[in-house]
Amino acid sequence: MAGMDGPVDDALLRLGRHLRAGTVSDDLRTLHQIGGRQADAFYRDRWSHDKVVRSTHGVNCTGSCSWKVYVKDGIITWESQQTDYPSVGGDRPEYEPRGCPRGAAFSWYTYSPTRVRFPYARGVLVEMYREAKARLGDPVAAWAEVTADPDKRRRYQSARGKGGLVRVTWDEATEMIAAAHVHTIKAYGPDRVAGFSPIPAMSMVSHASGARFVSLVGGTMLSFYDWYADLPVASPQVFGDQTDVPESADWWDAAYLMLWGSNVPVTRTPDAHYMTEARYRGQKVVVVTPDYSDATKFADEWLAPHPGTDGALAMAMGHVILKEFFVDRQVPYFVDYVKRHSDLPFLVRLREHPESGAYVPDKFLTAADLGEEGQEAAFKTVLLDAVTGEPVVPNGSLGFRYSEEGQGRWNLDLGGVDPALTLNDGEGRPAVAVALPRFDQGGGDGVALRGVPVRQVAGCLVTTVFDLMLAQYGVGREDLPGRWPSSYDDGSAPYTPAWQEAVTGVPAAKAVKIAREFARNAEESGGRSMIIMGAGTNHWFHSDTIYRSFLALTTLTGCQGVNGGGWAHYVGQEKCRPVTGWAQMAFGLDWSRPPRQMIGTAFWYLHTDQWRYDTYDAGAVSSPLGGGAFAGKAAADLLSASARMGWMPSYPTFDRNPLELAEEAAASGQEAGPYIASQVASGELGFACEDPDAPANWPRVLTVWRANLLGSSAKGNEYFLRHLLGADSSLRATEAAPEHRPDDVRWRQDAPQGKLDLLLSLDFRMTSTTLFSDIVLPAATWYEKHDLSSTDMHPFVHAFSPAIDPPWQTRTDFAAFTAIARAFSTLAATHLGVRKDLVAVPLLHDTPDELATPGGVVRDWRAEGRTPVPGRDFPKIVTVERDYGAVAQKMAALGPLLDRLGTTTKGLTYDVSGEIGRLGRLNGTVRGGVADGRPSLARDVDMCETILALSGTTNGHLAAQGFATLGRRTGTSFDGLADEHKQITFADTQARPVPVTTSPEWSGSETGGRRYSAFTINVEHRKPWHTLTGRQHFFLDHDWIHEVGEALPVYRPPLNMTALFGEPGIGESGGQGLDGITVRYLTPHSKWSIHSEYQDNLLMLTLSRGGPNIWMSPADAARAGIRDNDWVEAVNRNGVVVARAIVSHRMPAGTVYMYHAQERVVDVPKSEISGKRGGIHNSLTRLMIKPTHLIGGYAQLSFAFNYLGPTGNQRDEVTVIRRRNQEVDY
Amino acid sequence: MRVMAQLAMVMNLDKCIGCHTCSVTCKQAWTNRAGTEYVWFNNVETRPGQGYPRTYQDQEKWKGGWELNARGRLKLKAGGRLKKLFSIFANPLMPSIQDYYEPWTYDYDRLFSAPMQADTPVARPRSLITGEPTKISWSANWDDNLAGGPELAPSDPVLRKVSDQVKLDFENAFMFYLPRICEHCLNPSCASSCPSGAIYKRSEDGIVLVDQDRCRGWRMCVTGCPYKKVYFNHRTGKAEKCTFCFPRVEVGLPTVCSETCVGRLRYIGIILYDADRVTEAASVADDKALFEAQKSVMLDPHDPAVISAARAAGIPEDWLEAARRSPIHKLIFEYGVALPLHPEYRTMPMVWYIPPLSPVVDVLSGTGHDGEDAGNLFGAIDALRIPVGYLAELFTAGDPEPVRAVLRRLAAMRSYMRRLNLGQEADESIAAAVGMTGQGVEDMHRLLALAPYAERY
Repeated sequence: MAGMDGPVDDALLRLGRHLRAGTVSDDLRTLHQIGGRQADAFYRDRWSHDKVVRSTHGVNCTGSCSWKVYVKDGIITWESQQTDYPSVGGDRPEYEPRGCPRGAAFSWYTYSPTRVRFPYARGVLVEMYREAKARLGDPVAAWAEVTADPDKRRRYQSARGKGGLVRVTWDEATEMIAAAHVHTIKAYGPDRVAGFSPIPAMSMVSHASGARFVSLVGGTMLSFYDWYADLPVASPQVFGDQTDVPESADWWDAAYLMLWGSNVPVTRTPDAHYMTEARYRGQKVVVVTPDYSDATKFADEWLAPHPGTDGALAMAMGHVILKEFFVDRQVPYFVDYVKRHSDLPFLVRLREHPESGAYVPDKFLTAADLGEEGQEAAFKTVLLDAVTGEPVVPNGSLGFRYSEEGQGRWNLDLGGVDPALTLNDGEGRPAVAVALPRFDQGGGDGVALRGVPVRQVAGCLVTTVFDLMLAQYGVGREDLPGRWPSSYDDGSAPYTPAWQEAVTGVPAAKAVKIAREFARNAEESGGRSMIIMGAGTNHWFHSDTIYRSFLALTTLTGCQGVNGGGWAHYVGQEKCRPVTGWAQMAFGLDWSRPPRQMIGTAFWYLHTDQWRYDTYDAGAVSSPLGGGAFAGKAAADLLSASARMGWMPSYPTFDRNPLELAEEAAASGQEAGPYIASQVASGELGFACEDPDAPANWPRVLTVWRANLLGSSAKGNEYFLRHLLGADSSLRATEAAPEHRPDDVRWRQDAPQGKLDLLLSLDFRMTSTTLFSDIVLPAATWYEKHDLSSTDMHPFVHAFSPAIDPPWQTRTDFAAFTAIARAFSTLAATHLGVRKDLVAVPLLHDTPDELATPGGVVRDWRAEGRTPVPGRDFPKIVTVERDYGAVAQKMAALGPLLDRLGTTTKGLTYDVSGEIGRLGRLNGTVRGGVADGRPSLARDVDMCETILALSGTTNGHLAAQGFATLGRRTGTSFDGLADEHKQITFADTQARPVPVTTSPEWSGSETGGRRYSAFTINVEHRKPWHTLTGRQHFFLDHDWIHEVGEALPVYRPPLNMTALFGEPGIGESGGQGLDGITVRYLTPHSKWSIHSEYQDNLLMLTLSRGGPNIWMSPADAARAGIRDNDWVEAVNRNGVVVARAIVSHRMPAGTVYMYHAQERVVDVPKSEISGKRGGIHNSLTRLMIKPTHLIGGYAQLSFAFNYLGPTGNQRDEVTVIRRRNQEVDY
Repeated sequence: MRVMAQLAMVMNLDKCIGCHTCSVTCKQAWTNRAGTEYVWFNNVETRPGQGYPRTYQDQEKWKGGWELNARGRLKLKAGGRLKKLFSIFANPLMPSIQDYYEPWTYDYDRLFSAPMQADTPVARPRSLITGEPTKISWSANWDDNLAGGPELAPSDPVLRKVSDQVKLDFENAFMFYLPRICEHCLNPSCASSCPSGAIYKRSEDGIVLVDQDRCRGWRMCVTGCPYKKVYFNHRTGKAEKCTFCFPRVEVGLPTVCSETCVGRLRYIGIILYDADRVTEAASVADDKALFEAQKSVMLDPHDPAVISAARAAGIPEDWLEAARRSPIHKLIFEYGVALPLHPEYRTMPMVWYIPPLSPVVDVLSGTGHDGEDAGNLFGAIDALRIPVGYLAELFTAGDPEPVRAVLRRLAAMRSYMRRLNLGQEADESIAAAVGMTGQGVEDMHRLLALAPYAERY
């Protein structure tokens, strides 16, 4: 009989039965108990709470998860996810719950020992300031003296990052901050003031309150999306759009899902379930990642290309798709799609290329080539009618977007025209060989000669983009000249599967299989093949080429603009769905326009002096078929060219104070634009970027909030420390030799150290940035403020609400900037008064500025000895009045400019007069001062309300108005897309996440409860993309694009750091007296932090290894004598990192990971090599500028903020990794 | 028949992304206080790996759970009560704090208070036990995402049993996650180990709790629990464990770990079982038969005889209704995809798991093994990266067949649903091949994929 183990035990137990409450089971096995559970009281007490408040985390992640924050006795206890998202339809999984372990650990910060409770300032600076102020009696004079005296300046700058912070009062802190701003504006100009705060969607008001202050004083807001290298430059190139992607619930619609360089479980934790669940619906999941990542666990197939070679795999997949689905067999769905929605049928002129003895693709054939008059004719592209064989100028190209006669014709309606994809119509059509660059052959790049069918149109030899694509991909057809691969197994030429195997290590058969499946699935499902692409493929120097080879796959197979299909780029930049309202707030567009918006990468590249360490020629990235436009140039030269031609913004702009320039221009009697242009042409006036090391051209004041620049995104961290801050650094690089120095940028013998007068940060915790800041203001956490949150991952807008008031002396960003603005206005009223400011504005996207450069032909006025024309080949010059004493009043009220100019987003202007009236009633109006009678923005909730009221996504009335406006331009109808009666208030968002409505601010539709996917409006409503042809582009014809050989999708390998910088090769030993082994150094996103946030959180540290670490393979570890958890040092020319090793066979040999934003605050010892504190993950990286990212003033290659600009890429780097002494010293 | 009700949980490991949100929300709600710094009522382990506390599954070492004595009667593996009584003051079978991990914090204050100095201030780690500076060499989750790792994997007690099937190299790398809470066993060895009778199983829902007033801190429960899910609070000197969030479930809320599970992989429901048959079922001789034996104890809530016996036992009508709608019952019986964790410990655990699918090893995909292709669905199961043998050691005392059967059902669901996804005709033969109907597959799909909140709990 079954029973307990023995009689003696039984006896003991039977005895016990009588001694306790509860029921012991007859077999004596277990004890049951009912009632009398006072013993439970502890856990019941523990669970009880007074209230639950809805809030979220404004961290730089795409989460935007709504949370329940529990409060007991006025103390935040913990948080858990909200589960009350409105249903997405019941036909798929719902959004609940959204959240991740990082977010769940957030409340730790509230009362943690790293909480910044009071304002702090650098002691030595405060002492000197107080002394000077007491003596001089004026804060501005005191600030001027302390920052101008070389000795004093050195004393406080060299103390940055070395402790010595002291508590100060809010009044004293804001006074110093105000004095610094006033002095800088007065002495150097408002464009020497800069603000950095990324990703507005994560907390719109917190972002906008600071950006509004910076913009109203005329300061410069720095971009982040391109700077983070999260901006996929291929998106503006191909789509003419910044980024627009499907929400995560749309993954469910995909029948084939590739996760390419994206580790969804870690980086999109709240959304990952849509992937795991869609598999149950029969979705096939393919993971492409160099390591066995978290995502790989869910894959049906795992492809592990060598890091940075993803483009080669994608090109080979494109080869297979073009061959099997376009040449051997035509899929009607694909053919129809690409004719309508891509540039494949458009005609391209061919140009003779004497050096190669062949032709090269040149420019799109345009209506101007056909003899049409007018400026816009050069922007109307041409295709052939397959039926008539005649050239046709179809609707929808850029030439129809702004012109009078284009009204009603900017659409994708082809009428009765059937575009010819190919000129190869089987009648012995003439063909010529074109020369196509290739970059896959290590030493010296090559050229492939491949034939395309041609014909003469209007005296030009032309072919189609499609024919060029087949040539580029090496897909042969009969009777065409040139050398073609014989089969998939021919590895001798790009871009066959066998060729890619040699490059990527992925078996050729596997590449064929995945390509075939991807396309066949798209054919069977009507375009429901999707690629989720992540930072693993987007953070490389040549990521735009990688992405274009991906996008070729999704566009060829008709997946873009289809629910469940297309690209799904989730790297940074959550979607700020109420974008229009936010933009008015953030840039003060209701008071003055234009704001100063700068490309972050260029700003940091120049002002951290990384340009001085470019030991290579910008021509290193040129095509063998290029014209040598970059030969002998430095990247800094190209940056200055881009600035002077008005392509990219450049702030600080001129080598003089723009306030003084405005007075000078006014005194000249000329208009400001021509005056400045002539001054620059004559050499009287220079661009600041041509002499970035001149003290007059330094940025002087930098404010960082909602960000941790020096612990996270600062690529070239040690360069920042040395040159921007004047602090200690572990920089080991040498400056460029004279032959590699720029021609157009002045080289000063001694690089400056310590450009910034003031580094101000606002944070709720101590970071690598606060440690180096001169003033640190204590910020409210996400649970202590009102704000708004949205993301691209879900279609909701929801609120932050304070669970408690900001404790100690902390303040919300809104309150802090209000205090700063007041202090500033007080000092500025007397020191500055009302001034004219002269703003240089680049040629802007989604405006007629896009028509500035016909054919993308570069004509540098300086090289040609001309005086430039502002707005054409020079920045526009706009004079703005600034009432410096009234900045605080303007901050706190909705300005009158909106009444007159309305709002404009992506080229559509909205009349918001009705909304202004309503806001006046909702928020109340201001009495007296410059804002008398205007709607109030005195409280953060007022700003929330205003953002929601002024945006189409949250105000259906505006969305409908926008669609009506758009319809007049396109001549088509968008009726019924917008929910005209939807008007979301802030209270709505506090009650529950609220779905947004379809708006022309974005390209997809939520109408009828469907899931958001990008470009569905374009596809379903024949609305053009914002590109030259109005279609998705495979072909780019700008001169600089040709110069680098990237007119078509192409494979470009990772940069060779040995050739460029003399670093040892991968797999080699350290060299230069270093032991260890050289490896590829990658910094993917961490499981235990969101960027720098949470990496210092005790819960996250406890669940991981407790400090900075580097993952490596057993093979590399063995070669360097490293064991798991050993202390190691990683060192290259850029700096040194000290961390612990994690050894796992899930890592490929030859590559190490140091997960992103492990900074120097927690458990970082001193380095053996530098003798200084070990660095952050970005101590080993630096900036490298790709010239083509600087193109502007041409169709979709035109600047907009965070839309186009050089990326702060960092993946091409290598490092030596070595075992160090295991006794570490702090 | 003595019908009792039991709250039970199923976790679908196939959906687990290893994010640890459950661990954090649980920790924040229950154990972020002095005395329980090292305590994680809920933790998530990367397998292969040693787990938390390390190597806890090695019962030859830790002697948790039950075994059969020579007469075939259940006996605590750590020894009977007599032995316990004699060794009560010196229990050698306790994991040390180093086996869990020595909790630490950092000198965060240095970031503010550092005077002007030569180097950037830094927060050094400091032990929460001794207060002294410490070198971190183990944590609550030290082998996270290692897929084993060459130095640590050899100590994984599960891996050791199947090491001949496993190669720890890049090409064959595999890993999955195992979230764990207290099993709230039908046959809890912690309760039986307690000399004070402080651990009890709630009559109405089977939640196993420590009576905080009665606990005398003998820690025999720590030894007795083979899952090492009873912890010693070194501040109060009492044992503490997962409470199945009874203050929440009593008012109709799911446990914290379940509701916050962002992978949406946790299900909670009522199971009815025959309390009279527990001992007998826990005593079957063959370890591999324990899985079916435990199932045999659980009752069919639709069976009229069970219903009337349950009524007689005082189980309320709404509980019976909940038992009939229980996702747990469906997953274990109707769909047959849930398995117990280590049934060989003979505690009759009530947190069950759906084992994970995993990608097909590359070298085999060339031979036509393809995850979503019905044609070679079943051949592919043995070609998955996660060795079936490893899963079997976790869930079925080493018997691979039940694991294979589950994985086949999951694979068949994908195959069947793919046709519907693409607008093709349903193929009943796919469902039939795994002993299901198409409708059954679609119902299972709803519960596993759509997993609506109201149906998960």
